[in-house]
This record gives sequence, structure tokens and C-alpha cells, in this order.
Amino acid sequence: MKVTGTAIKFGDNIDTDVILPGKYLVLISLDDLAKHAMEGLDPAFPEKAAKGVIVVGGKNFGCGSSREQAPLALKYAGVKCVLAESFARIFFRNAINIGLPAIEFKGISTAVDNGDEVAVDFEAGKVRNVTKGKSLEAPKLPPFILEILADGGLIENLRKRLKKK
Amino acid sequence: MNITEKILAKASGKPSVSPGEIVDANVDMIMVHDLTGPLAVEAFRRIGVEKVWDNQKAVIILDHQVPAESVKAAELHKMMRQFAKEQGIRLYDVGKGGICHQVMPEKGHVLPGTVIVGADSHTCTYGAFGAFATGIGSTEAAAVFATGKIWLKVPSAIRVNVEGKFRKYTAPKDLILHVIGKLGAGGAIYKCVEFRGPTIRAMSIAGRMTLCNMTVEMGAKNGIVEPDETTREFLKGRTTKMLPPFESLISDPDATYEKTVHIDVTSLGPQVACPSQVDNVKPASELSNVTLDQAFIGSCTNGRIEDLRVAAEILKGKQVKDGVRTLVIPASQEVYRQALNEGLIEIFTDAGALVCGSTCGPCLGGHIGLLAPGEICVSTSNRNFIGRMGSTQANVYLASPATVAASAVTGRITDPQELEASKA
Repeated sequence: MKVTGTAIKFGDNIDTDVILPGKYLVLISLDDLAKHAMEGLDPAFPEKAAKGVIVVGGKNFGCGSSREQAPLALKYAGVKCVLAESFARIFFRNAINIGLPAIEFKGISTAVDNGDEVAVDFEAGKVRNVTKGKSLEAPKLPPFILEILADGGLIENLRKRLKKK
Repeated sequence: MNITEKILAKASGKPSVSPGEIVDANVDMIMVHDLTGPLAVEAFRRIGVEKVWDNQKAVIILDHQVPAESVKAAELHKMMRQFAKEQGIRLYDVGKGGICHQVMPEKGHVLPGTVIVGADSHTCTYGAFGAFATGIGSTEAAAVFATGKIWLKVPSAIRVNVEGKFRKYTAPKDLILHVIGKLGAGGAIYKCVEFRGPTIRAMSIAGRMTLCNMTVEMGAKNGIVEPDETTREFLKGRTTKMLPPFESLISDPDATYEKTVHIDVTSLGPQVACPSQVDNVKPASELSNVTLDQAFIGSCTNGRIEDLRVAAEILKGKQVKDGVRTLVIPASQEVYRQALNEGLIEIFTDAGALVCGSTCGPCLGGHIGLLAPGEICVSTSNRNFIGRMGSTQANVYLASPATVAASAVTGRITDPQELEASKA
């Protein structure tokens, strides 16, 4: 599994209330959620993300509420993957479970500038900063997480596993 | 092993587990609410399993947007009622329950030694009863509905040893804000935070719930307190289930901890988390220049009877300052009834505060008491993130019920001990 996209950078402790404010949690349509992605920090984010981007975060990305609508809003706004120094655990699990790749990658926020073209190869554990012409060794996701992502999320993965039984 | 490891070992059928190990744990109880439940139901339908694995081990609580504040919310509630009926799952509807993290223990769904997952980040509250409890997302909840199992990485643990007696009007909320300020918003990511020591043993269940509730604000996977006679007393009459021997839920003397933090609360004063991160903690006494538009007493962090009592003690015979709209929201119908019986509702009403029915409401900016741009609120809730309680240009300060009540009277952030001193 490989993705490429333009990097959009954020700082430390980006919480789920700024990723998707609480007042939108009654929205069920994924397109409606996507319209409000990152609204707390940058209302223009959905427009920027539409062409397909890679979010680069600092420490504790996705802290706060367990709302799965936060990674869903990012994914459907056009985010192809999230690379961060560290994640809040519920956000990380939610992202994987809905099929949005997320890698905890120490040093990523200094290796990538806003607007850099970034390519990620999940199986190989490689991140390439195309703009700067640099390749980085990224932590590899465990095989069962790669399998969930390859299947498109936990539900599809579970359907497959239950069928095999 | 420590208590968390013991619970996870038992739940995964292993003699022992250690930090970093991934276990497949059996879930004893799962909870979803009206904002996370609908996505879980949709995901559950996609799995293609007809029935949840055990309908006696699932609970649905409508609490975030109650009573329905919009047609959209009403539709979500209707969907959850239908799912509960179809699956035979216990649902606490409007007027029958209250905020999920208060209702779960009140109604006997939280037992020591069990594994509880909830589609809400503050599920970690139940660690106050010696349970392993952690928040999950909706898709994961759907998977648990289907299988009754969840994979978990055994967390390493931070031990917080607390001693000393709280000063008047200093409370467990001040302690947990102090701990978060010390360890940082990411200071316990993926970890367990175990509260120990004489101060914890002497603490009420309400106080232990406040501590465990906010461990997620440091990124913790779970907060936990070993069960004791206080736990047993709370559970009396709330469950008919056999409790495990509490000796099996005590951390071994040689249990390993990544770190130990020692805190003496004797000299701790009222603490406030300033905008817009929970670890931006300062003493209340240094913030007296912060003037207020709204004060809020409630939420799963501080909406219990003990919290309302201390707020009422301060507000009795006083008026909230003109221009500071003050909201009081009991955490559950049971708390509301008790506050009514004790005359607290009358005290709040006489003081010019508005008492609302039990809901999460303003804490997450869902409904009731949202903030306009430029407004400032002091709140007993758990998060002060940008936009959390309404406008992204509003500011939220987090404090104890005593500090919020005292601040509502003066119209600025006030150390309740100072208000008390000015009265004398």
C-alpha cells in the first residue's frame, strides 16, 4: 500500500474538537462531516485537502474525544494518511479501523515542511520527501494492522475473518 | 502484576501479562451513547451478524443531545431505541438515566475486575471501581457487538501516590488538574495511571471517579483505583452479581511501574486549567483578573451529589453575579432527585442559577449554554479545547465545583477559600 500527497502540517496536541467540532456530531453523511474537517483551526482545510493530502502532526495528535467522526471527516475531506510524532490512542485505533492509515513517526515534523510532496510505502516502512529528495525509514505497522488497512477497515476485515470460520 | 495487568490477564485467559504484549480480551460490558451509537449500529449492520454476542453485556445511554435538541438528534435517538429493542439491549432513555458515566455505575453495570469498553473517551471513569475501562470508537464498538472481544496492548503503568488531607474547598478535581499540569497532556499516552496512597483510600467514590475520568486528558488508556470497602458500600443494592474477591485485585508488592509520582495534597490549593489545553494549569488565586460570562457546574467529571453539595454550600444565601449566567446540571436523574430531597435545587434556584435536566450538553458544545465569540466560561467539565463549548473564539477555564461556585458569585475566577475569608 502506497500513498502520495502534499503535506499539511499541524502542531502538538491537535484535539478532536478542532478536527471535528461537537456540534457536527449529529451529521451522519460522510460528505457533510468532511465539509467541517479541521474547522476549529482552519476552515479552508477541506478545500486544501480535496486534491489528496498527507497530514503531518506533532505530539499527541487526535487527543480528546473518542469521536470516530474526527478521522472520518479527515478521510473524506481527502486526507490519505496521517503521520505524527505520536497519537492519542483512541484516534489512532479509530483511524486504522475506518481505513485511514496512521503512522507514529518520531522526527517527521522536522523532516517535512508544509507543502512538501510526500510518498509513503506502508509495507516497506518508507517515507520519501519528494520535494527535498530525502528518504526516511519509518516504523512499520504490525501485519494485522496492515491487513485491516488493506481490507479497507476493521468491518471489512472482520467480515472476511468471520466468513473463513 | 499490577491491578490492570491482573484484570487483562484474566480477561485473555493467561496466567500473566506484561506491558507491550497484545492480548485478545473478553469484554464484560460495552456502552455506546447517542452520538457514537448510530455509527456503531451502521458498522454492525455491515458486518452481517444478526445479533450482538451477548445483549446482557451491552448498554445504550442517551445523554449527549438530550432531550433531542434538533430533528437530526431525534432521528439518532429513534435509531438507537429501535436497535435496542431489536437486540434486547438495555437502553436508558430521557428521564430514566442521565450522563452515561454516572448511570453505568449507579445502575450496577460497573463491577470491580471487569473489562469495560465504551464508545466515549471518558469511559476510563470506571477505573474508580477497580475495573479496566477504556474508550473506543464506533467501528470498534460494532466489532465488539459482533464478537465480544477486543485486542488491547497491555499498558505500562504510572503510579500516582497521594498522601495528606485536602484543605477546605480543595478537592479531587484540583488534584487531577495538578497531576495533568505536572505530567502534561501527552504525559500518559497509551499508559495506565494507578492512583494509590492514604488520600485515595480515604476518598469518596465520587472523588475517585473525578480522578479516573480525567486520566484520558493525559492520554491514558485507563485510570484505576484498587477496590475496597468504599467500593463495596457504593455497590450495595446496585448489583445482584457476585463480586470477585478484592484481594485478587490488589497490585502485587513487586508490581512494576514505569514511573512513580508522589503528591502531598496538604499544601495544594484550588487549581484551574486555562485555555486551551488541559495541562495549562495555574492556581485559582493567580487568575482573579479573569472576568466571566458563564459558569457551569455539571458533566461526568463533576456533576455528582458531592459536587452539588459543595457548590450549594457556597451559593447558599448568595446571588450569582449579574452577567454571569450559571448552569447547574446534575449528572443523573438519581443525583437530581437527591439534590431535590436535600434542598440543593432550591438553593441554586434562589441564587439565580438555572438547573437543567441531566445531559452532557454544554460540556461538548452540543446544546444548552453555548458560548459566543469573546465569551469566557468557568466550568467543572473536562476539556477547554478551542471551540469545545461553542464559538472557537470563546475561552473555557476548568475548575472544581467550589471554585466555579465562588467564581459565579464574584464574576471573576475566585479561590473559594478567599471568598470564605472575605465573608468572615
